[in-house]
Amino acid sequence: MNNKLTGSVVVIGGGISGMLSALDLANSGYYVYLVEKGPSIGGVMAQLDKTFPTNDCAM
Amino acid sequence: MDVNLCVGCGACTEKCPGKFDDGYNADLKQRTAIYVEYPQAVPLKYAINPDVCLKLTKDKCGICEEVCPAKAIDYTQKEERITLNAGSIIFSPGFKPFDPSRFDNYQYANFPNVVTSMEFERILSATGPTMGHVTTFPKLPLNPKKKQDKLLAEKRKDPKKIAWFQCVGSRDINKCDNAYCSSVCCMYAIKEAMIAKEHAGGNLDCSIFFMDMRTPGKEFEKYYENAKKKHGIKFIRSRVHSVTENSETHDLNIRYVDEKGQIINDTFDMIVLSVGLEITQETKEFAQKLGIELTPSGFCKTSSFEPVTSSRDGIYVSGVFNKPKDIPESVLDASAAASAAGDALSAARNTLTKAVEKIPEINVVGDRPKIGVFICDCGSNIKGVVDCAGVTEYAKTLPYVEFADEAMYACSQDAQNKMVEYIKEKNLNRIVVAACTPKTHEPLFQETLTNAGLNKYLFEMTNIRNHNSWVHKSNPEIATQKAKDLVRMAVAKAALAEPLKEEKINVNDTVMVIGGGLAGMTSAKSLALQGYKTHLIEKKDKLGGEAHKLYKTSQGEDVQTHLNELIKEIESNANITVHCNTTLENVDGFVGNFKSTLKTDTTSFALEYGVAVLATGAKALVPTEYEYGNDDRIITSLDLDKMFKENDAKLDQLNSAVFIQCVGSRQPDRPYCSRVCCTHSVDNAIELKKRKPGIDVFILYRDIRTYGERELLYKKARELGVIFIRYDREQKPEVVLDKGKLLVKLNDHVLNQPVEIEADLLTLATALVPRKDEKLANFFKVPLNDEGFFVEKHAKLGPAEFATSGVFVCGSGHYPKPVNEAITQGRAAASRALTLLAKKDNLFTSGTIANVDSMKCSQCGVCVAICPYSAPRFATEGRFAGKAEINAVLCKGCGLCVASCRSGALHLRGFDTHQIFSQIFALGEAV
Repeated sequence: MNNKLTGSVVVIGGGISGMLSALDLANSGYYVYLVEKGPSIGGVMAQLDKTFPTNDCAM
Repeated sequence: MDVNLCVGCGACTEKCPGKFDDGYNADLKQRTAIYVEYPQAVPLKYAINPDVCLKLTKDKCGICEEVCPAKAIDYTQKEERITLNAGSIIFSPGFKPFDPSRFDNYQYANFPNVVTSMEFERILSATGPTMGHVTTFPKLPLNPKKKQDKLLAEKRKDPKKIAWFQCVGSRDINKCDNAYCSSVCCMYAIKEAMIAKEHAGGNLDCSIFFMDMRTPGKEFEKYYENAKKKHGIKFIRSRVHSVTENSETHDLNIRYVDEKGQIINDTFDMIVLSVGLEITQETKEFAQKLGIELTPSGFCKTSSFEPVTSSRDGIYVSGVFNKPKDIPESVLDASAAASAAGDALSAARNTLTKAVEKIPEINVVGDRPKIGVFICDCGSNIKGVVDCAGVTEYAKTLPYVEFADEAMYACSQDAQNKMVEYIKEKNLNRIVVAACTPKTHEPLFQETLTNAGLNKYLFEMTNIRNHNSWVHKSNPEIATQKAKDLVRMAVAKAALAEPLKEEKINVNDTVMVIGGGLAGMTSAKSLALQGYKTHLIEKKDKLGGEAHKLYKTSQGEDVQTHLNELIKEIESNANITVHCNTTLENVDGFVGNFKSTLKTDTTSFALEYGVAVLATGAKALVPTEYEYGNDDRIITSLDLDKMFKENDAKLDQLNSAVFIQCVGSRQPDRPYCSRVCCTHSVDNAIELKKRKPGIDVFILYRDIRTYGERELLYKKARELGVIFIRYDREQKPEVVLDKGKLLVKLNDHVLNQPVEIEADLLTLATALVPRKDEKLANFFKVPLNDEGFFVEKHAKLGPAEFATSGVFVCGSGHYPKPVNEAITQGRAAASRALTLLAKKDNLFTSGTIANVDSMKCSQCGVCVAICPYSAPRFATEGRFAGKAEINAVLCKGCGLCVASCRSGALHLRGFDTHQIFSQIFALGEAV
């Protein structure tokens, strides 16, 4: 059953989680399609000012 | 829009007449019909909203097509259907902040000064509608045009008092259907209050109204304590019933009952609703199309043992859709989902990927420096204080500067593309960027240099934001002068920059995992499935670790069944070698090339490996209070689990059971929250009630921290009649053994009078304490925090790895965590390790490392003794035998050896003495 495995992954959602899944997979040898509904990736994290508990800039 | 043609210049937006709400700014302002989501958006390509574009709706206008210099506008684009072939799917659709418009008691829809936390987040942001200025009436346009808005805008003021209301759209089945806890709101409310005080000055009065303060993450409890003690933020345990408004001033009046039962009236300038995280209807419908099961709250249903695997084969989930969570947990989910998706496809790995094309490097050695200087505005972050145009003009006058340019966001895609063009067009051979911090942005700019064919070390970055515009906010003139000084210094150093070479590192693709608990086994299993020889080292005589002591997960799954299955899988995997009763004696080497001696009772053996995963776990505290050890009826949570596992007959004889929470946690000597104990006790209380409905069960707690969907257990426990009594750290319950009776005494917070409970069983919810293995930490040169937990590379973006390359972390040794989170992190560590192992032929050292001028070396050995990374050593052979030499892989470029070399034989590439002096001399010109 495994003789027709496809070495690619579709990641749906370009927020922080989707982006990092895509990066890990691409860096491990899988082809990735990152699909995002909006015109740019980044998700909600890009809207945040700072992040707890270090108060780093979210961008 | 043709995204291939769009250059992101923004000319199209300037005259666009269509307007709609700017979702990025939480609808606090409007944007044009043709837009880019935010200035740093990736990709930086403009899009048209077809619902408001005049051309597309009424066939009028067309201005953007006229002004677009790239001819990228195409009104005829149609929806396209594309079919993708993939082996796995990762579904991470995220969430929407809860919309409180439907709550009539808080009047969000009607009162201008009631805002959501998301709106407040944008108000605090320098790129937000008020550019970071906290002001009332934030929902009005900055320069209102309507008469009514103008009148309101006149009343605008800097707020003196702000209140946050927690649990809006969370833990609420009365006004909405979200029974779960959103897990992040307590922490973000504290953060917003802290930052608001920072922006508005210390006198801003911030109050947070809450039910339970939930700060169960790493370093969260300290953050909460700091907020109270250092920042003076008030925490009020009360659910405010409703808000009214002064119709004249629009100040907000609230009435609430405090902990003593008194009714209090108070007035605030602004109220922030801490809205929860919600899965959208659209996502739920899409999940249905994908055929994956959801929980009643709308999150994806996953098991504790496969926490990123949906109910449908081949579809994995991560992020908030897979239960409410914060950024570091989403990041762990991301790597875990990648690991799970990859494991299923390991046989097809590397079949569809292509190697990145290398751009040939231009040889600049011997060429006269031609420096390009780029000054970043960082939106208003720098430009708001520094005269960036003036600094740019000044840069053009400096020696060797060929070209200087100002960019609104130098890190944006279009600015990067332009930089490549300028380098090529003007034959620039050194680049200076004056912007933010190299810690986050240097790699990005260096990649741009590489793309333009320049060696990435022909680059100098100076920080005119953190070191300048931020700290000299009130002195724009001086700040501008300082920016010029910083740029002049950077230019002086850049002129002396040399191309540096990075050495190739060989990677041994054997893996060592230390710790055979759930997290370690999960990591080992994933790496073995990906084809790597993995050695699993366990100190004890069997695999499984602390999980052997657990009864059920918070989702009711039997831990032992799953644990034994996993152990069997590990033991039968041909790629995994299990070493029980084995300890680690030493660690030599560096990323890709570690070597250790391992010892058992009878033998010791050497192991060579390329990466290590530290999964050493934590253990339950042995309590020293509440009469523990003096009576058989006083036990710990794990003892109770043991009774459940063994179906102990004593359980059926109980008439009254008491749990005491925070035993050893959240107190000065152990300030962290142990995260798992609230859920564990609530779960065990339910179990007791189920076994014998007539039993009286009491949980004595400080805050119930059943985060996420664990909240449903808390609800269920209350419904079953479990009684929750809160106590303060200053007034702990008292346990008394009196004439054979076990009595628990405390002050009841509702009745505000002392109560005494006679218990048949007292369970102490003990803290989880780290092993604080300093020896292991020293072996791998990885840090431990004050409490003894491992410190990860980055609290948010690197939660499963260490700053030391090639070493990864998972499990409770990082921070206490329940079964599902330990497994997620185990998978995440495997995924991160895999990305390194996959670079086998592509791993290089840094170029900025020390090197030895052997002719000058006097063999004194100071460098060998002083280096914290063991990089210098005496050469054993060749012409310079006996002289110092540097191991390029171990060297971190700290410069300690350079500063301590008495012969001047050591040099730090990229930071050589003459380069540093050039900066100092350049600064001297200013004096």
